[in-house]
Amino acid sequence: MKGSEAIIESLKAAGVEVVFGLPGGMVIPLYDALYDSDLKHFLVRHEQGAAHMADGYARATGRTGVCIATSGPGATNLVTGIANAYMDSTPMVAITGQARSDLIGTDAFQEADITGITEPIVKHSYLIKNPNDISRIFKEAFYIASTGRPGPVLIDIPADMQLAEIDYRPAGKIDLPGYKPTLKGHKKQIISAAKAIAAAEKPVFYAGGGMIIAGAEKELLAIAKLMKIPVTTTLMGLGCFPEDNDLSLGMLGMHGTGYANYAVTHSDLLIGVGARFDDRVTGKLETFARHAKKIHIDMDPAEISKNIAIDIPIVGDAKDVLAGILAELKAMKREPKKTAPWLDQVIAWKKKHPLHYKDEKGSIMPQFVIEEVNRITKSNAILCTDVGQHQMWSALFYTHTKPRHWISSGGLGTMGFGFPAAIGAKVGCPDKTVIDIAGDGSFQMNIQELATAVCYDIPVVVCILNNGFLGMVRQWQELFWSKRYSETAISCQPDFAAVAEAYGALGMTITKKKDVGDAIRTAIKSKRPAVLDFRVKPEENVFPMVPAGKSIDEMIGGHKT
Amino acid sequence: MKHILSVLVENKPGVLARVAGLFSRRGFNIDSLAVGITENPDVSRMTITVDAEEHPIEQVTKQLHKLINVIKITDLDAEKTVARELALLKVKSDAKTRAEVMQLAKIFRAQILDVSRKTITIEITGTFEKIDALEQLLQPHGVVEIVRTGRIAIERGEK
Repeated sequence: MKGSEAIIESLKAAGVEVVFGLPGGMVIPLYDALYDSDLKHFLVRHEQGAAHMADGYARATGRTGVCIATSGPGATNLVTGIANAYMDSTPMVAITGQARSDLIGTDAFQEADITGITEPIVKHSYLIKNPNDISRIFKEAFYIASTGRPGPVLIDIPADMQLAEIDYRPAGKIDLPGYKPTLKGHKKQIISAAKAIAAAEKPVFYAGGGMIIAGAEKELLAIAKLMKIPVTTTLMGLGCFPEDNDLSLGMLGMHGTGYANYAVTHSDLLIGVGARFDDRVTGKLETFARHAKKIHIDMDPAEISKNIAIDIPIVGDAKDVLAGILAELKAMKREPKKTAPWLDQVIAWKKKHPLHYKDEKGSIMPQFVIEEVNRITKSNAILCTDVGQHQMWSALFYTHTKPRHWISSGGLGTMGFGFPAAIGAKVGCPDKTVIDIAGDGSFQMNIQELATAVCYDIPVVVCILNNGFLGMVRQWQELFWSKRYSETAISCQPDFAAVAEAYGALGMTITKKKDVGDAIRTAIKSKRPAVLDFRVKPEENVFPMVPAGKSIDEMIGGHKT
Repeated sequence: MKHILSVLVENKPGVLARVAGLFSRRGFNIDSLAVGITENPDVSRMTITVDAEEHPIEQVTKQLHKLINVIKITDLDAEKTVARELALLKVKSDAKTRAEVMQLAKIFRAQILDVSRKTITIEITGTFEKIDALEQLLQPHGVVEIVRTGRIAIERGEK
């Protein structure tokens, strides 16, 4: 058997069904083996698209996403996608071709040291030097990518390794002496946490993306209900707690809801689960949840006390740890009524500081488009976004109720992520309505994947909130840089609907508020890839907002006047 | 505060780059680094000396643990550790000063490795401070070149 066939066998052994990629000189043998296999390959138009599709596929399904690129520029084009997966802990295996092993180090044609380039942004990487290692390396790669705190693993395969004749043997038992993720939480710590929760008068859950990865939503809901504890989520955690539940506070942080930020600030116990106290969440560190005792449950020991000192750290899988805490709480004498005055206070904040925007006659408000998407899809769609204003409005004005239905570029904040991620999500979940909310700036960063969506008939609906600006930067310039809009006005845009039609997708331009709902319904019903160009109010801001370096209870804007 | 981290790693390609890269990425300067195989040929030991406050060393240790090829990290306690370094010093010395230089070497229990008409090459093993002390004493003669291995360390006692 050839090395390239061993790669296909190894992918199948890992349960892979679909891969995203683009061939090139140094992966011709691999693509030749792929030609005869029953793996479904999606040909992209740019390798960055392949990485984001694998990412979106992984987040929607919980399975490891796979992307393939050739050596050199193909591999370097994956870099943003790999960094994005790393920051948001997505399980991904990236396969790159490499110059022949005897040419490595000679600056050969299309040679790039991709394991070196990606070293800081992968969970692990391999350069295959012996073709007999292929099955072992692939097995390890999928194991590492998908277990513990997930992340991208890169496998760099020189062309001669793909061509080599080998005696293929399925991989044996995994032996990684340096990799043993802690799954079970420490019993003593679990008991301490349960006691702290039972004793708290003003507790708040602060739940992040790790909750989604662990699939711990049932346990969280059970504890929150049992002990009457309000729950706020990070951007990455949206969907791990149903926002239509009274105990939901929505998102916290820089663009969090007023009530979430007030609740965290005034809490006496903060229970962080699968979240990493990121600067967009905490604002000024010294004042973040300053009255609260802090519990932190996380898979990754390096996240504990990284930014903020933790009183009760618990390393382990969120599902296991929360189940343990729930069992302890149930066995304990407890008074759920203890938090009643606190919940009254939270309700008062909700009433006083609801999410709000001012409707303007004659304009389509961007928030309204999100509300319409929410209404029409009955909060049931998988929603994907890039980064910026459209992302924050999607986070705030959509009712997130289910895990794995919100796919957004959190840590890296990648423009151009949402659309290919939506394609990947739709490939993984063909029965779901998949909506990509995009900005007019970010959509053009991977607009070429319209060809992929049309070729494979992947009906993703793109809603561009077209305000003619790189909106979030413009907002900062307006608020903090004396309205000096340096290079953020991008009114010189293509006719997005015409571009979509040229690719063979459905394209529509919407300029009137009354047409918003119909356009969304038509696009979904068409079962075709569609691009809806909503001409929204140009200079609308995302509020509330915590200015950089401020405490999260020092929000500006967004209050009802 | 100086820390000596004793790190057991899998003896695989790229491990040194991963470890060194992690330190620079997290803003640490490595004072010295010594790598060699252990009693198990599949495992190497890196002895890394870094200057850091207590909190960040904890963070960098945790991040090191996340590297797949890193098996074990020990932050060695200076009081329970024997640390040594080896240095080779080439010192200017002719017939007039040779005896004095050799005398100094003898006091430090250093070996003379090579003698030429104008230089003497000395091998010294000892603590960081001992090597520094000899170097200071030899400076007036003119130190042509120093090569140091970086610290290696082992815990005292049965462990």
